[in-house]
Amino acid sequence: MSRIEALFARKNPVFIGFTVAGDPGIEASFGVAKTMIDAGADLLEIAAPYSDPVADGPVIERAHVRALRAGTTTGDVFALVRRVREHAPATPLVLFTYHNIIHRRGADRFFAEAAASGADGVLIVDLPAEESDEVAPYAARHGVDRIALIAPTTSPERQRTILKDASGFVYLISLEGVTGERDRLPPGLAGLVGAVREKTDLPLAVGFGVSRPEHVRTVVAAGANGVIVGSALVRLIEEHAGDEAAMHAGLRTAIAALRGGFALDPEPDMLRRERVEG
Amino acid sequence: MKPGRYGIYGGQYVPETLMSALIELEETYERVREDPGFSRRLSWYLREYAGRETPLTYCGNLSRDLGCRVYLKREDLLHGGAHKLNNTLGQALMAKFMGKRRLIAETGAGQHGVATAIAGAALGLPVEVYMGEVDTRRQALNVFRMELLGARVIPVASGTRTLKDAINAAMRDWVANIRDTHYLLGSCVGPHPFPRIVRDFQSVIGEEARRQILEREGRLPEMVVACVGGGSNAIGIFYPFVNDDVRLVGVEAGGEGLDSGRHGASLSAGSVGVFQGALSYLLQDDDGQALETHSVAAGLDHPSVGPEHAMLKDSGRVRYEAVTDAEALHAFRRLSRTEGIIPALESAHAVAYALRAADDLDKDDILVVNLSGRGDKDVADVANLHGGVA
Repeated sequence: MSRIEALFARKNPVFIGFTVAGDPGIEASFGVAKTMIDAGADLLEIAAPYSDPVADGPVIERAHVRALRAGTTTGDVFALVRRVREHAPATPLVLFTYHNIIHRRGADRFFAEAAASGADGVLIVDLPAEESDEVAPYAARHGVDRIALIAPTTSPERQRTILKDASGFVYLISLEGVTGERDRLPPGLAGLVGAVREKTDLPLAVGFGVSRPEHVRTVVAAGANGVIVGSALVRLIEEHAGDEAAMHAGLRTAIAALRGGFALDPEPDMLRRERVEG
Repeated sequence: MKPGRYGIYGGQYVPETLMSALIELEETYERVREDPGFSRRLSWYLREYAGRETPLTYCGNLSRDLGCRVYLKREDLLHGGAHKLNNTLGQALMAKFMGKRRLIAETGAGQHGVATAIAGAALGLPVEVYMGEVDTRRQALNVFRMELLGARVIPVASGTRTLKDAINAAMRDWVANIRDTHYLLGSCVGPHPFPRIVRDFQSVIGEEARRQILEREGRLPEMVVACVGGGSNAIGIFYPFVNDDVRLVGVEAGGEGLDSGRHGASLSAGSVGVFQGALSYLLQDDDGQALETHSVAAGLDHPSVGPEHAMLKDSGRVRYEAVTDAEALHAFRRLSRTEGIIPALESAHAVAYALRAADDLDKDDILVVNLSGRGDKDVADVANLHGGVA
């Protein structure tokens, strides 16, 4: 059983944290990852910094810029994954990347290095199903899960196509837009989770916009098996640049608060409203 | 071959959220291509509103100087002052067909932004234009023109603050407003079906030029030259000549020289990579990060190029050369003085190559240069570069 399968079999829901490798610096990034896992991230998404992250909002884009300015290379990303793997042998780690990083390195080499560093999955944010044959054989050869993405605009037929060769878990994009904190999640979320749930046995995790305990509550009530929080955590790194102690304390507090959403009222206002409004 | 491919190049490397819009766009395009009503409306706008066909001007003075027969395809005389309107009218009409209520665009030199603002005003669609902060300063006149035309210009302060970042910002906007917004992409770049749509709308340039030169000279030219940033004016004039025995030359921004690292010559000095939705040539480092680019011409200041050009380079059908900022500035002045035509700095790159290539041509050889736009927008910038002295 893979680490990802084992996690979802053991825990429901799971909390997934996101960080950009090399943010705020190459060495400091390991501290961030460690703190996130120790504070309660059940699974960690580690992003390879990229010069043109078009799926990301301003907060995460600035993190890519900080990491690249710090000189982070793809080699550094794998080195970080290896260190995190040693620190947390059971925690699933997923590499989040834009496709050119893989294309430039060569897919075979990239997936070999990903596997060797201890990554369990790779999520390629700009590689839709139409183009995925460029990486599929290499992911399979090296035993790395390819995390599929489904958006609210994905048609039911595309959902089926995407799910056909997905593995690990499915990343549901909660909203139409880039990553970033929002005041509220869109009302159609429960419908999206339900529609995808009918088509796959894989665990479903919801990301984009999830930034508050009540959002976590909404996602769990919608029937998802996990939540993914990125911008809200990345923003803490930015805010506490230059004061690592405050940064780590901030991450610990935020993750504890967000995880608190798991235990709260399972029928949040938004769902209740949704049901009333039909 | 997968759809939307030019050899190995092209494709659709975009976030999943965009896929539904690309599929819708492709379906709409297939429909309107066959729709006589659409063609009729587009032809009307191109003829009665935009001013097609544009002349193919014989340049007597330059021909005498260079020792070959030089013609300019005068896209500078199109309404708005550049070839861009061919594409924006076509796509804005498509947006209407799709029921989209808003147009967004990105612009480098400002010409595409102006052309989108014009098309939006003509067709009654609100327009928002993303523009790198650096470019809003270099092209202040065009910012004013866009605003005058009713468009909102949004300066982009991220990354290198130029065209590439404006494209990223426009893509983000599109991801967030996918249902009611059409992203009016300005060059033959980006994910399928954009490169094909833009090429088809721009091919009117080459179709006219081919017919005009046959009427005038009774034969095809020896050489056709066009500047290449994203490559839309070049693919527009090249495409109808691709199966002819005509030398086609695309001219990239050599900036301060290819060895300086400060240039925008992705075909001459780049390598194969995925960027902004397509596989093409890209100026990138060993890890696949896009490199900073430089050109005196804002419209050529871009690290990648349309995928069809990548294929044409590999096959050898089109030759791609680079000219430096200094050569382009020289050509800018020379065409102004010899023919009374001030070219856009982008187009001046094509003129500069023509000056170089003329050495290899005979007196009766015909050379067609695509004058993709006029230089009014660049006059203040060039004056600043030269301390006010042209």
